[in-house]
Amino acid sequence: MTDTSLSNPVAARPRTSILAIARRSGLFVLLAAMILGFWLAEPAFINVNNLFSILQAVAVVAILGVGVTMTLAVGGFDLSIGSIAASAVMAASYAMVVWQFDAYATIPTVLLVGTFIGLINGLLIVRVGIPDLLATLSTMFLLAGLQLIPTGGRSITAGMIMPSGETAPGAYDPAFLPLGRARLWDVVPLPVVIMAVVAVVFWFLMERTRWGRVFYAIGGNETAAHLAGAPTRRYRLVTYALSGTLAALGGLIIAARVGRGDVSSGASLLLDSVAAALIGFAVLDARRPNVLGTVVGAIFVGILLNGLTMLNAPYYTQDFVKGAVLVGALALTFGLGKRG
Amino acid sequence: MAGYTRFEALETPFHRKHGWPSLTETSPNNSPAIAAFGIDKSFGATRAVAGADLAVARGEIVALMGANGAGKSTLVKILSGTEQPDSGRIEVAGKAVAIPSPHAARALGIATVHQQTSQAGAPGLTVAENLLLDELCSGTAAAFQSPRAIRRRAAEIASALDLDLPLDQDFAELRPADRQLIAIARAVAAKSSVLMLDEPTSTLSAGEAERLFEILNRLKAVGIAILYISHRLGDLARIADRAVVLRGGRIVGDFPRPIDFQAAVGAMIGRPLEAAVPAGTAQAVAPAVLSLKQVRLIPGAVPFDLDVREGEVVAITGALGSGKSRLLKALYGLEEFAGGEASLAGRSWKSDGPAASIPSGVYMVAEDRWVSSLFPSTTLSGTIAGAISFPHLRKWFGFGVMNTSRERDAGRNAVARLGIRARGPDDLLEALSGGNQQKVVLARWQAEPCRLLLLDEPFQGVDVGARADLIAAIRGTQKGAATLIATSDPEEALEVADRIFVMRDHTLISSGDAHRQTSILATLDEVESAVTSGTQP
Repeated sequence: MTDTSLSNPVAARPRTSILAIARRSGLFVLLAAMILGFWLAEPAFINVNNLFSILQAVAVVAILGVGVTMTLAVGGFDLSIGSIAASAVMAASYAMVVWQFDAYATIPTVLLVGTFIGLINGLLIVRVGIPDLLATLSTMFLLAGLQLIPTGGRSITAGMIMPSGETAPGAYDPAFLPLGRARLWDVVPLPVVIMAVVAVVFWFLMERTRWGRVFYAIGGNETAAHLAGAPTRRYRLVTYALSGTLAALGGLIIAARVGRGDVSSGASLLLDSVAAALIGFAVLDARRPNVLGTVVGAIFVGILLNGLTMLNAPYYTQDFVKGAVLVGALALTFGLGKRG
Repeated sequence: MAGYTRFEALETPFHRKHGWPSLTETSPNNSPAIAAFGIDKSFGATRAVAGADLAVARGEIVALMGANGAGKSTLVKILSGTEQPDSGRIEVAGKAVAIPSPHAARALGIATVHQQTSQAGAPGLTVAENLLLDELCSGTAAAFQSPRAIRRRAAEIASALDLDLPLDQDFAELRPADRQLIAIARAVAAKSSVLMLDEPTSTLSAGEAERLFEILNRLKAVGIAILYISHRLGDLARIADRAVVLRGGRIVGDFPRPIDFQAAVGAMIGRPLEAAVPAGTAQAVAPAVLSLKQVRLIPGAVPFDLDVREGEVVAITGALGSGKSRLLKALYGLEEFAGGEASLAGRSWKSDGPAASIPSGVYMVAEDRWVSSLFPSTTLSGTIAGAISFPHLRKWFGFGVMNTSRERDAGRNAVARLGIRARGPDDLLEALSGGNQQKVVLARWQAEPCRLLLLDEPFQGVDVGARADLIAAIRGTQKGAATLIATSDPEEALEVADRIFVMRDHTLISSGDAHRQTSILATLDEVESAVTSGTQP
């Protein structure tokens, strides 16, 4: 029957075209070309230590990016992750330096603080009904201010003077620092391992379980998901709780690496992790937030910045480079990606 | 293709400034208002329109019929400037023209009223402002516009068409029927000579449709050429002077008045139409699955009783807003009854939402499938298999890990059983035609044992061929299950149901217990008059 092919537009679409292949693997090809280029220009680039230092540098952004991916998947947006991470740095420092917690009490406490803030975000959105962007924008401001109040605006270090005039009694637990500094087998930094575990767990959750289906379905069409019996509010609440927890995990890694509670830590984390998630749209032509893409996106930006730094590109060009990569990736996703 | 330039398309607004209607009155020849010759358009390897010829004369209403995928929309898009033909010639009032953009189409006097009425105007502006929207946006409008002058000119436009529109109301608050009238009024205000309407009655009740037909007849009388696209034979019979049938991108039939619809539909689906009377009537002895006693839909409404028995298909028809959807929603747990008792298979039934209804075997297909049921390709549920499995994920994959072969089997089964036109279960919903999408939604709820299936406007935007398949599938729903359908189209109700009730003012006004009549037309008249009177209290 000839008119089957005529009236079925799908049947006639060529399955693989050069453009389709370019879209699927475009970012990987670029990544390979970039690595090759930097290697040729600066042979030290391909050194194992350098490669792992790149991964270490992007680990926190990638972990936060996974949280962004989750919120984007349910059709939301979490602007507060940078602030949550910064608050986690301060909370971890405060817990150890002022309350004299050890590492094993600090880590779960801080993670729970992140979960709690995420839940507040979720409740503001789901129960109170504030739009996602506005709710998390408010929490972002709230936390940016709140983290300064207990210390009177000072950074937290061992022996700091408290607003009450007393000297802080505790110090960073030495058992806490490996979280940001240890290297497995003297090669693989622990943050990279954590990043890999987070990536695998959340990739599996989002791509291979029924819960992942529901997360994406809510982002795609919340009404349809609700009418098909999915508890959409609970899912969105859980999403923000997970996003907050991941942001707190990122903050813990920063705290362990830096070894003090800096008031300005985590300044660029929000934009970097959002950029990683958005670049991830283009990976394998997914056109949707996806965990694998986010991690690849974070690594992509990390390699680019590292290579350019090795080639003595000035630091102030970094944001420009990130922006250019983001524009390119989004053009790949939305521009070249138009179907039919 | 030779002999015209884009300048001619741009010339017209210049001429039009010197007074309307340059196209309808000043063209001296007898050429049709719009004519297309040998239009060809391919998307990739698919030839969507294959050498179609079409002409609409001034003061003529031509029905464009065709199953989904036949090329109707593409042809309309070409004539309205959103798609460019690969080859072919378009003439407006005898002059060859190019229509490079929707703007150019408007400038040539070609107006399109789309199925999606939300695009008929701008929310946030009043009805009056919307009526003058084209003029206000044209760039030639005066910089200062007083609200009073706008209102006065809008009132003129409305009264010229004899429309009773709430001029000061926000467009966003309007019902689809009023939005559609605005789209038509805008077309008339822009002094269009050609009006194309795409499925204009799909969201209208019978009474609202009647009002639309009156207006179209009035426009026809002043010489506007109307191209009317619809699946509803009843509408076409009411209004069309001629029916042109499109199949596989070609014109396969041209039926002048009196239109032989039997033959037209045959040409459209490529096979003779069998009598659309479903076989078998309800067994009055079967036990009731759903039983409503003295139910009030809203406070103050007249209470009513309703039984739906095992294996039975009951349709409720009535005007928009008569309470049909509300009844289904209340049964599905999205609304609450204001009073009365509902029982399911003998037990009292009250659900607090879809998540509670689905495990009890109460399923609903809500109206407007893209909003209520389907997912875009950016989700993991955007395929046929994904859409079918979505409500059953917990049951099928209790452990959490997806085994995609299970849902793909269900998808493949549905494709075969319902005759879904697709390559397989992994096809994207976005690539399917409306009828096939609706089949997927139905297949979703037939994938698990069902007790009560609630269908709200299941034939919305579904072509005749797919509709027959859907009816067969609905009537073949599992044993022991009952089906309750809400539809504003009495013909659809007749085609699918064992019993028909009419709803008005949130209560059932006719008891459909009389068995199916031999004369479909007699029943149709009876139901239709009840529906129509329902809109004019």
